Amino acid sequence: MAESRYMTINMGPQHPATHGVLRLLLELDGEIVVKAEPHIGYLHRGVEKLSESLTYPQALTLTDRLDYTSGLSNNLAYCLAVEKLLDITIPKRAQYLRVLFAELQRIAAHLLWVATHALDLGAMTVLFYAFRDRETIMEMLELVTGARLTPSFIRIGGLAADIPDTFLPRVKEFVVDLPKRIDEYETLLTDNIIWKKRTQNIAIMSGEECLNYGVTGPVLRASGVYYDVRKAYPYSSYEDFDFEVPLGRKGDVYDRYLVRLQEMRQSNRIVKQAMDNLPEGPVAAVDALQVVPPAKEAISRDIAALIRHFKIMQEGFKPPQGEVYASVESSKGELGFYFVSDGSNKPFRMKIRPPSFVNLGALPKMIEGQMVADVVAAIGSIDIVLGEIDR
Amino acid sequence: MDRCLAGDLLKGKFPEAVLKIEEFRGETSITVAPQTIRAVMTFLKESENLYYDLLLDVAGVDFAGQVPRFMIAYLLHSTKFNNKLRIKTWIAEDGALDTVSDIWKAANWLEREAYDMFGIIFNDHPYLKRILLTEEFVGYPLRKDFPLEGRNFDQPFAVCLEEEQ
Repeated sequence: MAESRYMTINMGPQHPATHGVLRLLLELDGEIVVKAEPHIGYLHRGVEKLSESLTYPQALTLTDRLDYTSGLSNNLAYCLAVEKLLDITIPKRAQYLRVLFAELQRIAAHLLWVATHALDLGAMTVLFYAFRDRETIMEMLELVTGARLTPSFIRIGGLAADIPDTFLPRVKEFVVDLPKRIDEYETLLTDNIIWKKRTQNIAIMSGEECLNYGVTGPVLRASGVYYDVRKAYPYSSYEDFDFEVPLGRKGDVYDRYLVRLQEMRQSNRIVKQAMDNLPEGPVAAVDALQVVPPAKEAISRDIAALIRHFKIMQEGFKPPQGEVYASVESSKGELGFYFVSDGSNKPFRMKIRPPSFVNLGALPKMIEGQMVADVVAAIGSIDIVLGEIDR
Repeated sequence: MDRCLAGDLLKGKFPEAVLKIEEFRGETSITVAPQTIRAVMTFLKESENLYYDLLLDVAGVDFAGQVPRFMIAYLLHSTKFNNKLRIKTWIAEDGALDTVSDIWKAANWLEREAYDMFGIIFNDHPYLKRILLTEEFVGYPLRKDFPLEGRNFDQPFAVCLEEEQ
């Protein structure tokens, strides 16, 4: 047998820098990666198959477990798709609150990203600062939804409940605080010579390559392509908000870092606007009787409401036949849900368009020809969540 | 108006390929004949008036009991004109579809997923292997005739030692 000069090594699935159970087969020529092949599927739970056996309101809970760093964004994408299928409109207050939650969740996800990415590259301090701020968000979300990671709070037709009075003052405090905190991270990283050496000119993707590989989200925007679902197809009243879409130029790891930090600042602006302009009114489409369950008080007073509640919980509802796709800009990229409905109370087919899955497909292209030490930087810069990749 | 444009242009260019144009909730779906998929996709990507440069998703759907059995839906986006288009095609259970993974690299993994979950074969795909499930897995889980709880779900997994090259 001819001896190969290449060495094959296994990176993962138990490896701290692969952000979960990602396994990479690397073929190395010395320290240079010749070929990389991601092996995924260790977390495959068959979410798409499971959803075919659940009614629409039940299948919502599965979406929490996709990208477990931003459960509310997943809820939102799912609900938007089902609402599109049902053709119902959501009250303004619910739309604004959805935006508020989605943006808080984006900040939390990006904080988690900057913390772990910096940790991967040896800058441990950032982790403690970023987790402190992420904890503040998690506590606020817990106050509203009752859960930290699996909220299922955004429901088909609106929200599960209105926000408690103590919520907005806490958000207000946080919103004022956050820009200063981001400045702190920047002093730790942005001009840090070691950080720059580890991230600049690493894993470069041009805009054209990104599009070819289907990459979306901050990675695509770091390569200078202006594509953000919030701007391209405004959903949930995003057209009412004033924010910018940060773009990078070179498309290396450093640019992705800068884009995400800027995105946090923009998200902060959106949260502030959503809070300041929050309309009054109901938080669910109360006229969509087949979809939105009646209020708790009504159930204990009115037998018809009780029956309706029971029917929605047991049987769900039957959307018309057809197929729809709706997507949101999650913290990782375009998260979409594609439904094929056969007119029954369960989705005939639910296809999730997971941003991490498609973005990870571009990883071999990013790291081939690079040093093996930079593989960690490249993986971190895509910001993958295996729960979403494997589904 | 761009939405209708794709249908009109496709009809003009490939009169026999376009089978159906549907509008539902503001989304356009164009059903094309399976053997023309590569020609249609190349045209959609390269035509100056359409320029669908981003392939967002490839979704298989199993209509068990119908002939042909599988529907494959491609979701396209044009960054230039900012609109979406869904191209659908149908193939039989023993049929195969030409790959589009050389037109958009994104299709590589997405087609592998469709193969993994439905057993849909893509001709000339560079690396058509299972992606989420293990190579030893038997059956295609997203087919309607695959049981929800899996086959032999109460049996322990067979111990397999993978040999890499």
